[in-house]
Amino acid sequence: MKKITADLMHFKTLNDLVRDCEDKDIFIEHCVGQRYIAASSKGKSIIITGTPGNALGAYLDGSEITVNGNAQDAMGDTMNDGRIVVHGSAGDTTGYGMRGGTILVRDNAGYRAGIHMKQYRDHIPALVIGGVAGSFLGEYQAGGVIIVLGKGAEGKQPTGFFCGTGMHGGKIYLRCDEAPDIPIQIKADVATEDDKEDMRPYVAEYCDAFGGDVEELLNQKFYVLTPNSNSPYSRMYTFN
Amino acid sequence: MLKEGQYHIPSGCAISGIFHKDGRRTDGSEIIRSIATMHDRSNGLGGGFAAYGIYPEYADCYAFHLFYENLAIKEETEKLLEENFEIASFAKIPTRKHPSITDEPLIWRYFVFPRRYKLNESQLDESEFVSRVVTKINHLYDGAYVFSSGKNCGVFKAIGFPEDVGIYYKLEEYEAYSWTAHGRYPTNTPGWWGGAHPFAMLDFTIVHNGEISSYDANRRSIEMHGYKCDLLTDTEVITYIFDYLIRKQGLTMEEAAHVVAAPFWSTIEKMPPEQAEEYTYLRDAYSNLLITGPFSIMLGFTNGIMALNDRLKLRSMVVGEKGEDVYIASEEAAIRVIQPKLDSLWSPRGGEPVIVTLNEDAQGKE
Repeated sequence: MKKITADLMHFKTLNDLVRDCEDKDIFIEHCVGQRYIAASSKGKSIIITGTPGNALGAYLDGSEITVNGNAQDAMGDTMNDGRIVVHGSAGDTTGYGMRGGTILVRDNAGYRAGIHMKQYRDHIPALVIGGVAGSFLGEYQAGGVIIVLGKGAEGKQPTGFFCGTGMHGGKIYLRCDEAPDIPIQIKADVATEDDKEDMRPYVAEYCDAFGGDVEELLNQKFYVLTPNSNSPYSRMYTFN
Repeated sequence: MLKEGQYHIPSGCAISGIFHKDGRRTDGSEIIRSIATMHDRSNGLGGGFAAYGIYPEYADCYAFHLFYENLAIKEETEKLLEENFEIASFAKIPTRKHPSITDEPLIWRYFVFPRRYKLNESQLDESEFVSRVVTKINHLYDGAYVFSSGKNCGVFKAIGFPEDVGIYYKLEEYEAYSWTAHGRYPTNTPGWWGGAHPFAMLDFTIVHNGEISSYDANRRSIEMHGYKCDLLTDTEVITYIFDYLIRKQGLTMEEAAHVVAAPFWSTIEKMPPEQAEEYTYLRDAYSNLLITGPFSIMLGFTNGIMALNDRLKLRSMVVGEKGEDVYIASEEAAIRVIQPKLDSLWSPRGGEPVIVTLNEDAQGKE
């Protein structure tokens, strides 16, 4: 395993070291906000302590990243494949435009998590948030799966305002007792047994990473959010 | 050499703040280390700091910091200052040569209080009298700029990266209970000394990351109340809006925050009736002072600091606490670098002000 002590190293230096590293396993310690770590990387396993900077794992193409701490903004931006596991919280626009791979956030995510996620054939991105998410979760979502487990929300809607605004594909699962407040272009149904079977592998992955009981979680009440027709916005701006 | 706008640097301003609730004063080295962590968010076209509690020996005087472009305008401005104020002390603001800080104006500091007969003659309250002189200089005295005018506080700013600006102004020699800092990446306005943040009016100082879409509506509205927006950048209008709402209209910090970052009508509709009524009143009464577009700001004031995001939270901001210390920054890393062990850390929601003030027993002690 290659060990890199980041401290106040410039992000370019750090990213060159990661890119040119011949070891598969890399341990970055004392991270202080360096951006773009592991951008577009594949085939590596990277563990980070400290606070990695914005756009961690942007364009990630298969590597596995573990953060022992919090992540900042735009983590997993346009990520294609691989996995990011955050033992803490993640910032705004987590999983921005994600098109494959998995992001697991133990605690909370900021505003606009999962904005513009999309999917193509078997490329189905997944974002699992253990706590709560900020406003605009899944804004303009076009595909993929977002799951919010709502730890600490006490059964209330585990998101801020405007959840799913502009959504036209994919699914958002929210753990809450009452029907969530959402725009009229999307609908919220109580998750069925089939829905829960769809969620199971992601929830199991979350519990694997951070602990917790899969069955106990899946026995809770979830709502599943989907666009309410094939063309929910056709009459939003014009009447023809 | 390529000019600003002809090259691209991926960055976008940085802010950081440190506040000691117990009134303990610390020098500028920590805030410099914090803002330096976000070096790549700025592009060297502006950096600055605001510090509170730094002039206890002149606590009752207004501390004016001025830039002058030449000696002639300095003489002319000093004549105006002499006419209106008793000058308790004045001197050049101490700086040290720094290779990346160039084209310096003359930088002077005056500790002043209004001449009694002038104040009486004006029939204004003291703060209004002082703010009118500041506005007069900034608007009419070409080549002179009052960039700091509060009591027991001061702004230090320049063209350069913020960490260099901090060294240039010898901030390790000042002790403050409240520090804010800004690293600038000017987007559509020129980078110049006066355009660096913070922007100040009396003891209000603003650092701002973002860009105001509603700038011209805000400018036209605030200029009707006697303010002049002359500094070629959007941020100064925020300073005047807060000065107007809080000092002149008597709103609380929180109410002022709900004016500039008002919730959407659709959000207000869902509030309990009493709360909805209050928010509706504020939106209706001050509709032209709603600030749209992305921003995260810190408003420094005597005894406190307020942090606020735009209602859509289009800029990042995190708050950390450790004992009596509160840290606010654009990025978590900028807090962790000076305080790795925090009691708590959170991201305020859009439009939700975070207001921190000195503990009661610490107020007035500084």
